[in-house]
Amino acid sequence: MTTTATELAIAVWPDCAPRLLRPTQAGPEELGEYVQAGGYRPLTDPDALLEQVDLSGLLGRGGAAFPMGTKLRTVRDAARRGTDTVIVANGEEGEPASVKDRWLLRNRPHLVLDGLRLAAAVVNASRAVVYVSDEPSATAVNSALSQLDSQVFGATDVSVLLVEPTYVAGEETAAVRRINGGPAKPTDKPPRPFEEGVSGLPTTVSNVETLANLPYIHEHGSQTFRAVGTPMSPGTFLATVTGAGKPPTLYEIPHGAPVSELLTLHGVAADSVNGVLMGGYFAGLVNTDILDATLDHETIRRLGSGLGCGAISILTDDCPLAVAASVLSYFDRENAGQCGSCFNGTAAMAAVTSALRDGAATQEDVTRLERWSVVLRGRGACGTLDGATNVAATLLRQFPQLVASHLADDCPSCRAGAFNEARPYEVEAVARR
Amino acid sequence: MSDGLKIRLDRTLCDGFGICAKHAPQYFSLDDWGYASLIGDGTVPEKDRDAVMRALLDCPVHAIIYMGEHRPSNDGTARHDANEAPEPSPNTDDNEAISEFVR
Repeated sequence: MTTTATELAIAVWPDCAPRLLRPTQAGPEELGEYVQAGGYRPLTDPDALLEQVDLSGLLGRGGAAFPMGTKLRTVRDAARRGTDTVIVANGEEGEPASVKDRWLLRNRPHLVLDGLRLAAAVVNASRAVVYVSDEPSATAVNSALSQLDSQVFGATDVSVLLVEPTYVAGEETAAVRRINGGPAKPTDKPPRPFEEGVSGLPTTVSNVETLANLPYIHEHGSQTFRAVGTPMSPGTFLATVTGAGKPPTLYEIPHGAPVSELLTLHGVAADSVNGVLMGGYFAGLVNTDILDATLDHETIRRLGSGLGCGAISILTDDCPLAVAASVLSYFDRENAGQCGSCFNGTAAMAAVTSALRDGAATQEDVTRLERWSVVLRGRGACGTLDGATNVAATLLRQFPQLVASHLADDCPSCRAGAFNEARPYEVEAVARR
Repeated sequence: MSDGLKIRLDRTLCDGFGICAKHAPQYFSLDDWGYASLIGDGTVPEKDRDAVMRALLDCPVHAIIYMGEHRPSNDGTARHDANEAPEPSPNTDDNEAISEFVR
């Protein structure tokens, strides 16, 4: 696979010192720079660090917002019972509208590796795997590993695994299955990786941005970590912002920041916004209610959506219904082809939304779509089908007038040549090997 | 002594024969295309053992998997032989409610 870099701007938030981005320096951060800035601090008490991670309230940045302290503690407890354990740094980003994991791996590999060695120490891992599908990321991480003294990872054996990029390859059980020698496709649960993961051992699979927050917590403690963000969504997060006819931009945003401020920084007039596509393709659409929202898990969840992996696509000229049709068609093509409810359900929902976009759907089609958006939830081994139901459900709930106008074939935007893209709001064009 | 059994359904294996829902409809629901999902957490009390075992044994693709006996513990509360999950499901009120896609 090769990736073609497009123009990507990097921006920090006003009055919020960046913890993850390095806006003024270009290229991969060298070991010397990273150590000079306080990196790879000795860790004498992994249990004390785990307590700080718990207190920090750090939530997973891969999409599910799972508490990192709980994730680490579960596998640490397995290690205490005498089992070998494994940690996986998951950098297989999968979401076309997100680029933050690749940016971190390419530009701050030592920050990710520092987080990985801290997590490995906490769970007493005998093995650590950096799991990526982006060649420049793998190159940067391998180069960073070659600079490191073998003492840094102690007894943990570290390796990098480069896999073919697909939407589902980064799902945690797909990562485990691929590392175990199988295809990069999800398995049904249980077991989850913390029970039975790589080589059948209790395994922590953690997103690379989540890991990249650990050195900060190690150095500054949980209270300082919580100095920005909200009580329920502490700290900062990386947001890939696309759409609105602007070049994609990677922001580091304190949780709880107003959407209106993001629009101002991004140079988008609030009255030009029709809605947003949240969490990459996963968390569905939000209508103009987003304009009064703040960017934290609790607020976006109240709007029926989610922050997910932090990717936000701003819809201005693009019809939200046509965007939904494109995303559902993507799920139809990119699902793992394993679960019948998923490969049938995504095809059916894509067909109805595409027919709506083309002015060819009936009220009965919409009624079926509404039913599928509810009854298909949770019926797949991984979350792909849930992502598709999120898109369908939020479209119907948040844009009822738009649905009605498409039933009447009366959408000026779609009649003038509808939005129809294979990978909507993709940040980097991916060419497969 | 056993007070039932524990099963799981591997939906990546299900081929939509629908035999499970015929034998044990309270444990298996079918979607519009005939593919099954498990209702509940896979705990099956003794009274339903025969129906569920029939579903398990009749599944042409072996998508239903026996996970062990479900035994009452000494203090009277139920426990099962399969690994207890100390980590809660990602899909709880404490995190992104709609997200089960864990990267």
